[in-house]
Amino acid sequence: MKFYDVTDLAVRNLRESVFRNSLTTIGISVGVASLVAMLSLGIGLQQLASRRLQKSGLFDTVVVTSRRDLRNFREQREDGPPPAESPALDEPARRKIEQIPGVVEAYPDIRFVTEVRFEDKPHLTTVAGVPFSAKTNNDAFDGMQGSFFSSEAAPEVILQKSFAEELLGIKPKPAASNTDTNIAELAKPLLGKELTMRYAERTASPSASPTASPTTTGPGDRGPRDAAAYSVVSRQQALKIVGVTDLDPDSMRGTARARVFLPLKLAQDLHVMQSNLRDTSASDSPSYTSLSVRVGNPNQVPAVEGAIKKMGFSAFSIVDATRSMRQFFAVLDGFLAIFGSLALAVASIGIVNTLVMAILERRREIGIMKALGASDADVRGLFFAEAGAMGLVGGAVGVTLGWAIGRLINFGMNIYLERQHFPPAEIWSVPLWLVLSAIVFSIAVSLLSGLYPAFRAARLDPVQALRYE
Amino acid sequence: MPNALAVRTENLCRHYQMGEALVRAVDGISIDIAAGEFVALLGASGSGKSSLLNLVAGLDRPTSGAVIVQGNNLAALSREQLAKYRLHTVGMVFQSFNLIPSMSLLENVELPMRFAEVDRRERSALAHQLLERVGLSGRLAHRPTELSGGEQQRAALARALINRPKLLLADEPTGNLDSRTGTEIMELLHSFNQSLGMTVLMVTHEQALAEKYAGRMLHLADGRLVEDVTNNDVTNNYATNISSVNAPASRGETP
Repeated sequence: MKFYDVTDLAVRNLRESVFRNSLTTIGISVGVASLVAMLSLGIGLQQLASRRLQKSGLFDTVVVTSRRDLRNFREQREDGPPPAESPALDEPARRKIEQIPGVVEAYPDIRFVTEVRFEDKPHLTTVAGVPFSAKTNNDAFDGMQGSFFSSEAAPEVILQKSFAEELLGIKPKPAASNTDTNIAELAKPLLGKELTMRYAERTASPSASPTASPTTTGPGDRGPRDAAAYSVVSRQQALKIVGVTDLDPDSMRGTARARVFLPLKLAQDLHVMQSNLRDTSASDSPSYTSLSVRVGNPNQVPAVEGAIKKMGFSAFSIVDATRSMRQFFAVLDGFLAIFGSLALAVASIGIVNTLVMAILERRREIGIMKALGASDADVRGLFFAEAGAMGLVGGAVGVTLGWAIGRLINFGMNIYLERQHFPPAEIWSVPLWLVLSAIVFSIAVSLLSGLYPAFRAARLDPVQALRYE
Repeated sequence: MPNALAVRTENLCRHYQMGEALVRAVDGISIDIAAGEFVALLGASGSGKSSLLNLVAGLDRPTSGAVIVQGNNLAALSREQLAKYRLHTVGMVFQSFNLIPSMSLLENVELPMRFAEVDRRERSALAHQLLERVGLSGRLAHRPTELSGGEQQRAALARALINRPKLLLADEPTGNLDSRTGTEIMELLHSFNQSLGMTVLMVTHEQALAEKYAGRMLHLADGRLVEDVTNNDVTNNYATNISSVNAPASRGETP
């Protein structure tokens, strides 16, 4: 029989016993919904965890330093040239690293300790440059009050919550307390205000002017280039407060946590003198203390790390933790899938039952069809199509049901998170692949359940079947 | 009588084991039926008429012996080949009509063509044509339960003919009809036999009907062929015996 005819006859047969077949299909729907609900919970939790971890820069970032840096004793046993012959970590090297497959961006780490004045009061803190890409890939800015930098080199600043408290003269409460100062209230008096950052500019010697330029935003005129000789000039920069963040966008660099964040481009252009005497000099080819290399997929981190090491730099990352995290979620997903499949297993027994009943009811009809020339394959195909159709409809309804349950739980969970002052989170994720696989799985289980009834129907003896009343 | 051989059985046996007893439903029957013949199988209940018909229809397999139709020994065919044989070579009409109740008349008639994978438009045209020929063109969308017995049997006849079979097998086609309707069906069978040159093998226990329409009568008893009578005077018998047809009115006709 042609596909159209098999489908047509199968749909007709299903319509004939619409009540019973609907009940069976609902059974499949509940099974699929439970499977989808369980798996989407697992996937959602995994995505939530990996999103947080990835955005923390722990797992998708490779930190690159030059081996010339003698303080970097950790990498002594690495492959590649000895420290003295290793290349400089400069702009061409940065561009070359950015060309490595899998690398999204490579940017210099700029951080310095300096004085920040707010309402004429001085505060000493660590300032760090934040790449513009952090707007979308660093979730520290997700729940932020205010807005992200308006442009790559805008004279704007984002404050970490503890520094905002310091500026306002609020004493931070103990970390254990979850109901500390509301960040929205904290941000209100600060957003839009201006603060002044005083810093030491490193300029190429001897042309730099010793006078301070209070509104410098760019590199300005720097005279003859000579990287070996430089002057240090005291300058200040007015910065507008655009955001206050609760979380720490800079969590990876444990020891020197910054509390004030500038756009990276602005920080580079300021040529701030940093403690290690190497970075952001005003020469044409600045060399960097370290680069942060962001990799698109955490799986590619080892390959990128290896490629960077081959270039003669030191590189390090934390990848083992993601591996064990993935292993944990694989086990969790496995368990959730088993529990979710139980309902589908029960539903599959329903399919067998429905189709065996259909064989008994349609015994004579099967006999007639065989007498008229239907082959075993025609009869088998018809029962398979009926099972498959129930699986398809049950799968589609089940996925919709599972998705709806997920939305409902997400909604409830986000109300709870909001009350606890946490940013909203998607703990229930139904990706397209899950939708499609759930429907395919539902059809596959239904066909498997239809296997026995279909073969039994096909093997019916037509003479016996025709005698059946 | 045409000369080409349509059906040959050679020492055909079909035995069943029923508990301890061995039932010899068909017990060593050897017959030759020429193409275009109208043959009636007669005998009392349990004489083996329907069993023999099922063997010729390829619905059952012989215990021993051979059934050769169109040069093919059915006993040697696979299940798949037998299905193809039933689809293309044989058309069947049953006592209880055996139309599928969930389908309309048109769909019932089209059904064998679905198995033959005939294009939708072509099969619909052919089904319309055949239903018109059996006088049911106004009943295409009706379901079998909405029709009288005679109408159902006419639809069943149209369905049996849709794949243009060489051999029409009828198992007591008038058994559930009153005499007038039975005669109508027999007229149709006779006309198809005459106009299409189709071989007809009909099981009946109504001697009068057989004498009127069949050119040959095979009498069975206890699974054996006891008499093979050639009715040379079918046309004369048809004229003289028309009033003597005594069909049981086991199923009332709805007007």
